[in-house]
This record gives sequence, structure tokens and C-alpha cells, in this order.
Amino acid sequence: MTEIWDGLVKAFQLIFTFDPTVTSIAARSLWISASACLIATAICVPLGAVIHFNNFKGKKFLISTVQTLWSMPTVAMGLLVFLVFSRSGPLGIFGLLFSPSVMIIGQVLLISPLILGLVISALNGIDKLIPETAVSLGASRMQKAILTIREARYAITAALIMGFGRAISEVGLSIMVGGNIARYTRTIPTAIALETQKGNIELSIALGIILILIAFVINISLHMLQRKKA
Amino acid sequence: MKRIIYALGATILILCLALISAACGKTRVAISTTTSLYDTGLWGVLEPMFEEDYNVELDILRAGTGIAIEYGKRGDVDAIAVHSKSREQQFVADGYGIERVPFAYNYFVIVGPADDPAGIGDLSPEDALEKLFTDASSRFISRGDDSGTHSKEKAIWTAAGYDYDTEIVGAGTWYVEAAKGMGPTLLMASEMEGYTISDMGTFLAQQAKLDLVAVVDEGAILLNVYSVIACNPDNTNSSVNLEMGQNLVTFLTSDEVQTIIGDYGVAEYGRQLFIPCAGNEPTS
Repeated sequence: MTEIWDGLVKAFQLIFTFDPTVTSIAARSLWISASACLIATAICVPLGAVIHFNNFKGKKFLISTVQTLWSMPTVAMGLLVFLVFSRSGPLGIFGLLFSPSVMIIGQVLLISPLILGLVISALNGIDKLIPETAVSLGASRMQKAILTIREARYAITAALIMGFGRAISEVGLSIMVGGNIARYTRTIPTAIALETQKGNIELSIALGIILILIAFVINISLHMLQRKKA
Repeated sequence: MKRIIYALGATILILCLALISAACGKTRVAISTTTSLYDTGLWGVLEPMFEEDYNVELDILRAGTGIAIEYGKRGDVDAIAVHSKSREQQFVADGYGIERVPFAYNYFVIVGPADDPAGIGDLSPEDALEKLFTDASSRFISRGDDSGTHSKEKAIWTAAGYDYDTEIVGAGTWYVEAAKGMGPTLLMASEMEGYTISDMGTFLAQQAKLDLVAVVDEGAILLNVYSVIACNPDNTNSSVNLEMGQNLVTFLTSDEVQTIIGDYGVAEYGRQLFIPCAGNEPTS
């Protein structure tokens, strides 16, 4: 039990002394996962709208498949991305393995199904009356889609928070494709995995606490942003 | 229309990221290294030196010997630094590596509770394991992860006259396969009041947190040799940087670095962690 308390104390020491190693690891975690989340959003919100507003054969099956991918183990996705981007793999010529870029790509693949699925259910949850009224008043298909997305913004923000949470907390993919290289691809979760292996329990707990604090700040900011828009 | 632009934008962004990381900055050289070597912190000293000497960024990948060798075969690293002689020789024989160059060694230790309940303290490593097997009353925690340390354990069982796969695996509840790194395995042995085999570096670094002592630390079979091998671009991948791989070999066997390796850990642990052996195979 004393380890948890020691970890807590150490966490605050590291935060308030702006420990350079911890700060850079935390910043790296943040920008990698935030980039992944932004890219995934840029892909999934429009794609979700396309799927939602069109009726086609196999739509239900597609949505079930997307939702099944929510259970994709991060290490399995990591292995897949590793094999594709390894120098001997099909995209090996880009030389991206063991770099932050490939971690971002992996995280995009990992969280896209989650964001896509939740965006589709968010759009489903909107009262059809509002967009239909807009259409009867002469709105185009595009305007109808934008209106619906606007109406669903709360649920969509929740989807982004979920996606970001999965990205910044996952360790399997990051270690496998990033390689946990100091000062280059080491993020908070991979640092925790390493420090625990080395027996530095307090530092691991401290890093865990810092990760939670970052997530807390991000969530609060997103909620404030949402309130301002409403 | 807008959504197509979005999708296009995202694709371009990914490509930009790829280009930035590929084109920007210094050459990146990658070496995969065994966990026991990494966890002693030795690379923390050597990395900045190499980076300054050769004006590159050195990426050090901490991996078990198995995966470290796999990275080498796939051409994802330029050199490997591991400690499993037979697999290293195989790696070179298969054409993946240029030459196996030993650069440092130390000894494995059989660690266990201070009161040594199995009474193996005065035995040779082979006899110690045999006694653990026949008594079957004290737990033995195996790495069970195909690491270099695990290979060594298997070699000792073989030397003691057992067939590892048929006689030892599943021999009873006393034989525990941890499937973990050295640190967690030591912790497990400490919690279970059992025995395990560890490299000296990791054990010394963690001893303060463990209720374990070195029980058996003598015997030629406990020799633990670390070698570096530059990867061969002809048989792995053409993008492998042979020049830098060979620079790493030269660097690790240079007089300056050999002295640093020999002195490393003395101040912190009061005991030498590695014995330098520049290019020569130690025999005992």
C-alpha cells in the first residue's frame, strides 16, 4: 500500500518541479494521441454522415462490423501495423516503423471504428423532424447533413473523448510499432510498462496519475468548449 | 464534396507526417538490445557518446532476445546486441548478420530466499537445479518467455540431464512459468519465496526491493556473454545501414567504451556489472 501513497507524492513532485523527462513524455503522449484523434475525426464524422444518410445493402452488417472492431485488442492492431510498416512489409519503403508517425497511423486505425460507430449512433439519435422540416423549407442534402451533425454535437464530442481516451491510454500498439524509444517514441503508457518491468513502482504510479490528470484537463476543456458553442 | 475534401485532407496529413519524419533531421540508426542490458542503464551512458561521435540519432529498442533477433531478420534495425550464443550463431549462419562480436560478459546467478530452504547453496548450477527437481518442494520461477535468460535456464536443465520440453515444462506446481521480463520474474520469485535465474545486472539493480539473495553464482555454465552483430542488408532489407551497424560494433569494442563498460555500476552497486572483452570469446 505504501507504494500507492509514495507514487502519489512522487507524481506531484514530478508535476510541480516540471521534471524535463516526464514533461517531454507527457507532451509526446498528448500530441501523438491528439493528432490521431483529429485525423480520425476528420475521417469518421463525414464518413459516418455518408453511412447514416444513405440506405444501401449491407448497411446493418457494416455497422455491426464497425462495432465489432471496438473489441480489437491493441496489440493485435499493433502487430498488423508492425507487419505492414516493417522494412520487409508492404509499406516498409516509407521507413516509418519505430517513429511517432506510425504510432499516429496505428492509433487512427485503432480508434476510427469507435468514433465512426458512435458518430453513426449519435446521428441516429437525432429527432428526424428537425432535418425534415429544414428540407421542406428548401434545405439541400448537404445542409440537412450539417444541421443533423450540429444537433448531434454533444454525442459526437462524447465519441471523440472516447476515441482520445482509447488512444492516449493504449500501450500494446505503441510499444509494438513505436518501439518505446527514449526521447522519440516513449509515451506515458509505454513508460509505465517499462518502469514497472524495471521495478520502479512509484514512478509508474506517478506517471499513471499524470496521465489521468491530462485526460481530466482535456475532458474539462472539451466540455467548456461545448457549452460555449451551445 | 466537403467530405471528399476532408478525406483527402486526412490522407495528405498522413503523407506529410511520413515525409517530415523521413526527411527531417539526422540519420536514425536503430539497434535492438536485450532487456537485461537495457535495464542496467548502460545505454543511457553510451547513447549520447555514439550520437556525438557519428552525428546520428541512435534509437535503442528494448526487446527480449527473441524479438530483438526478429527485428534484425526483418531489417527493422541496423544491429542487434543480445546474449544467446547459439541463436546469434544461427543468425550469422543464416546470413542475417555480418559477424558475432562479443563485447562484454558477466554471470547469471541462481537467486532465492536468504535461508535457502532447498539447501542448494553449495552446489553447482546443474546439481542445484537437479535438487530442485527431485525435491519438488520449493518453487522455481522460470522466465518462460524464450528470452536469453530463459535459453540459459534450458541449457542448464539440459546439462543436468533433463529434456526441457518433456520433463521440466509441466513438471509440477513447483515449476512456474512467469512469461514475464526479468524484473517482474524476480518480484514473483520474491513474493512466492522461490528460486529463479537472473542476470547479475538486473538482480543487483533490484535487490533492494526483493527478499532474495544470490544462492548459486559460480559455475562455467552461468557465463553470460553479450555480443553485437551488424545486420547484413543483402539478406535482411536493403535499407539497413551497414556502415552504421559496423560503426556500432567498432564503438562498443573501442578502448574508451570498453573502459566505461568495465567501470559501469561500480559506484552505484558497489560491484562491477560487466567485464569488457572486446571481440574475444570469454571462456570462463
